[in-house]
Amino acid sequence: MSGAGDREAVFPTRQSLGLMKNKLKGAETGHSLLKRKSEALTKRFREITRRIDEAKRKMGRVMQIAAFSLAEVTYAVGGDIGYQIQESAKQARFRVRTKQENVSGVFLPQFESYTTEGNNDFGLTGLGKGGQQVQRCRETYARAVETLVELASLQTAFVILDEVIKVVNRRVNAIEHVIIPRTENTIKYINSELDELDREEFYRLKKVKNNKQRDNDAKELEAASKRRGSDKENTADDPGATDILGEQEDQDVIF
Amino acid sequence: MAAPPSAYKDRHFLAVIGDEDSVTGLLLAGIGHVTQPPDAQKNFLVVDAKTEISTIEQAFDNFTQKRKDIAILLINQHIAEKIRNRVDTYTEAFPAVLEVPSKDHPYDPEKDSVLRRVRRLFGE
Repeated sequence: MSGAGDREAVFPTRQSLGLMKNKLKGAETGHSLLKRKSEALTKRFREITRRIDEAKRKMGRVMQIAAFSLAEVTYAVGGDIGYQIQESAKQARFRVRTKQENVSGVFLPQFESYTTEGNNDFGLTGLGKGGQQVQRCRETYARAVETLVELASLQTAFVILDEVIKVVNRRVNAIEHVIIPRTENTIKYINSELDELDREEFYRLKKVKNNKQRDNDAKELEAASKRRGSDKENTADDPGATDILGEQEDQDVIF
Repeated sequence: MAAPPSAYKDRHFLAVIGDEDSVTGLLLAGIGHVTQPPDAQKNFLVVDAKTEISTIEQAFDNFTQKRKDIAILLINQHIAEKIRNRVDTYTEAFPAVLEVPSKDHPYDPEKDSVLRRVRRLFGE
């Protein structure tokens, strides 16, 4: 019997059969939806990985240019400005904020860079000489950091999508390989069990009918034989039957 | 599933772990931030040849786990090499860890933790 497979613990009734059928339908719908979601996410994921690859290469170039402009500054200022800059850094001028983007129900955060106006920690850097180079270097680095921020949002999206795709695929597989077969097994089990009951019922009815028939036949037979017997008796007794109107004298009725 | 908004709402700053030139340049761009005294915490760490690996690891953990106001952590690739295990096992979305090239060490896509994950996922 199909009850051998993995199935849910239900009573084989028509009601639970209906429930199981609904469940199977729901599982199939969910499976197709999740599958589509996973495909949409994977498409997006591939696009993002391609863009990450490009952005990483671009970053290599941009950082090279930025490093070169810093070398220019060092040359123009004529000394190391590193300590001066590290000491005078107080408030971040370049900041990021995050906003969300919705890809088939998954929220992907995106970094967006912005600069706060008003505070300039490096007002005095390069005052003596090389101010122009310092200015240019700042602009170059600001552009470089913008590229980096862009790359960072791609990378964050990559990490999150990776995780979400794993979860969705796990669900798709769970439905496909566990829930649907189990529900189908349960339906098969209920069906076979119901058929069995049907056969039993049919057999019982047949038996009952047979019994009734037999009883009826027996009764009829008996009745018939009785009738015949009484007929025979009648016929047999007829000659010997006492003639109540005959000449035999009635016995005296004694009160 | 996706990270709740609270995970990144307050993250405004970038952090740097790098050699002197990279840090200087990025600070010039204006990402440097020092929190209010008394616990004046810098969001950058200058690494030179004398810096201990434990110091780098501590800074990495500090920027990635303790501080909740950092959105992106930039780390020079040759420094990431030193704490490669930490960087590779770091899988959180926030803050995003980004390996950047430095002046003396050109960028090598083969070593990047994210690109390696990309390669592994597509079975290359």
